[in-house]
Amino acid sequence: MTNPAKYETHEHDVLIIGAGGAGLRAAIEALAAGAHVAVVSKSLLGKAHTVMAEGGIAAAMANVDKADSWRTHFRDTMRGGKMMNNWRMAQLHAQESPDRVRELEQWGALFDRTSDGDILQRAFGGHTFKRLCHVGDRTGLEMIRTLQDRGVQMGFDVFMECTVICLLTDGNRVVGAFGYWREQGRFVVLKAKSVVIATGGIGKAWPITSNSWECTGDGMALAYEAGADLLDMEFVQFHPTGMVWPPGVQGLLVTEAVRGEGGILRNKNGERFMEKYDPKRMELSTRDLVARSIYTEVKEGRGTEHGGAYLDISHKPAEYVKKKLPSMYHQFKELADVDITKGPMEVGPTCHYMMGGIRVEAETAASSLPGLFAAGEAAAGLHGANRLGGNSLSDLVVFGRRAGQAAAAFAAKASPSTINNAQIAEAERAMLAPFDRGEGENPYSVHRDLQKVMQNLVGIFRTADDLSNALGELEKLKQRAARVRVEGSRLFNPGWHLSRDLQCMLTVSEAVARSAQARKESRGAHSRIDYPKLDDQLWGKQHNVITREGDSMKLTQVPVDPVPDGLKELVAEEK
Amino acid sequence: MADAILEVFRGNQETGSAKQYTVPIAPGMVVLDALHYIQGHLEPDLAVRWNCKAGKCGSCSAEVNGRPRLTCKTRMDSLPTDKPITVYPMKSFPVIKDLVTDVSWNYRVNKKIPPFTPKPNTDWKMYQEDMDRVQEFRKCIECFLCQNVCHVVRDHHMKEQFGGPRFFVRVASLEMHPLDNVSRVKLLKNELGIGYCNITKCCTEVCPEEIHITDNAIIPLKERVVDEYYDPILKLVRKIRSAFKSD
Repeated sequence: MTNPAKYETHEHDVLIIGAGGAGLRAAIEALAAGAHVAVVSKSLLGKAHTVMAEGGIAAAMANVDKADSWRTHFRDTMRGGKMMNNWRMAQLHAQESPDRVRELEQWGALFDRTSDGDILQRAFGGHTFKRLCHVGDRTGLEMIRTLQDRGVQMGFDVFMECTVICLLTDGNRVVGAFGYWREQGRFVVLKAKSVVIATGGIGKAWPITSNSWECTGDGMALAYEAGADLLDMEFVQFHPTGMVWPPGVQGLLVTEAVRGEGGILRNKNGERFMEKYDPKRMELSTRDLVARSIYTEVKEGRGTEHGGAYLDISHKPAEYVKKKLPSMYHQFKELADVDITKGPMEVGPTCHYMMGGIRVEAETAASSLPGLFAAGEAAAGLHGANRLGGNSLSDLVVFGRRAGQAAAAFAAKASPSTINNAQIAEAERAMLAPFDRGEGENPYSVHRDLQKVMQNLVGIFRTADDLSNALGELEKLKQRAARVRVEGSRLFNPGWHLSRDLQCMLTVSEAVARSAQARKESRGAHSRIDYPKLDDQLWGKQHNVITREGDSMKLTQVPVDPVPDGLKELVAEEK
Repeated sequence: MADAILEVFRGNQETGSAKQYTVPIAPGMVVLDALHYIQGHLEPDLAVRWNCKAGKCGSCSAEVNGRPRLTCKTRMDSLPTDKPITVYPMKSFPVIKDLVTDVSWNYRVNKKIPPFTPKPNTDWKMYQEDMDRVQEFRKCIECFLCQNVCHVVRDHHMKEQFGGPRFFVRVASLEMHPLDNVSRVKLLKNELGIGYCNITKCCTEVCPEEIHITDNAIIPLKERVVDEYYDPILKLVRKIRSAFKSD
């Protein structure tokens, strides 16, 4: 029997899983409400995937384009998301993001300025006005450093390099988490009155991705295992511009700010092909459309040498490019031997962002389980079927704050709970099993095969046959993952760590494939070759929801909450 | 395709030795790719820290052929192939396992630094020309390579008395913030021991973000310490000036 005393145990009011923008913003808010807060992070503090965000944070501050307002931001977000968005989240997001940006500035963030001394804003795809507050092309770094320093000074406990492997439940209420220290491989019990999941995305299930090793869908898988609903899992964003050459950097993000600053896309014949696909918005069309356009150009034989498109900013003065896009300049120079002030970059689609995720309430970020909240990329709803660039950083701070607030309020009223020792014992057994197998596969080879399946069968364009093959393959991969063997000790052992992350990736991959199979239409980032049109009558009115039923995945549909009068007029198509 | 030989440190705090691996080279490959190849095909328990693989998170610092580098930005084709490429953990921090070191000291130093504190009733206007120099410091990705090469840390092991270049850069970003209103000069002199720095510029040389750590951060901060503690006339002048300003 498990003796709970044998585990290192910590107790907090609010436990936050994930130390990116959403997790840190949630922690700051919970601290401000007087809660005792812990943040758990798979990496070192300040290294979360938020540092990779480049182009900016969308907020209708109207510093550059005076006509901007939350109403236009709301409309752009809803229309960019093909009306699959939770309208209330889109409204709150558009209304609150300017205050969240000002707050970052008051905590020490230094955004680029207008000549009047205000925060400068740049153009981005799908945004009617110049709306993205930015710091060159390293906005995410500025944001995470600001939030990190604020949180550290306010006094949260940080558990770095610690991975959560299950949520602890008392009945259906979430009362903490069980995990292990990556460094020593020791287990740890984290008791809490409420838990916020802010673990980010799932990109590592694909080989060509802009995401870091951490983005393995942990939070979504943990919530699913505990019984929470996952929403809109078919909507996976492929960013139109990732690097395509050399092979080692394939998928690495090329910020949309290149196009925001005037970058032009051409095929190998020198044609500015966006004229064909979206003559009005051209390069600054929405990401789903630009990604499909590049993909189509390549597929039809008009791709570049390494299977991409050319993206050119070299018509702008070299000093301007270096000032506004410094990390792009260095990235191409150092990794691809290309000087972007002199010639074009080669780019192609890369798996970038998960619009779907844990189903939450708009106001509180509460999941379908009591005591469990979710914010940022791990949560679904704000972005609908396609996210606009710049709306992710604002999502993190708007809903991170709301999640922290609600989690602290829940904790303040929470009744005592009990830890289920059997649950801990089972999680420990499963985690250690790969060491005990005399023989078995290396988790890395199962991961590589999973990535192949997702890339080839659950990519930008999908078909019924591919998706059903994918589900068959995923079933086999699950069997293989259950038999992997890990060598070495528990001391900082990446192979062992991957054996666990693999389980999460398989869970979310299956959820993506099942939802994609069900949605028989093309909408936003979900493109079906066999159903190329929008189906507003049926699928425009319903979301896919994934829940766990015993050991199998259950798929149901719930209606889309209609946009109420007063807001409906804002999103109506102009005639 | 050609192969490369990597000689990678394997071990922990007590014991360890270098081990050689043969890795096939692909065009444009970086050292971190080679380490991932070893993990994925040869030894899955090789411990390496990394996140973004794009030079933005500062996680994958190591010493490649004796030079402190980000392994994600070190091209294999920039290194001689006639002998093994050596990859060792950062020397100034205790080894946990293989290439992973204990960098927690840095987080403890950071905690000592008072946060950005705006002037009361701040009007949030700032001009780009006042911010350019501060934004340079804000580029820091906390790879800790500057901490790793600093003599005060690396050779003299003075972690308890010294803050290190990373945190001088951080203090500079706060001290030179156009709207900040607290002084960290005493902290620099006492807890962070800026006087131990003898401006050899080793930190500036290794900075992957090309921050002019010595010239733009450390020297101006040293000047502030000197002004405050060792120059009574300047101190008086400043006092008079600020008295006029506030009128």
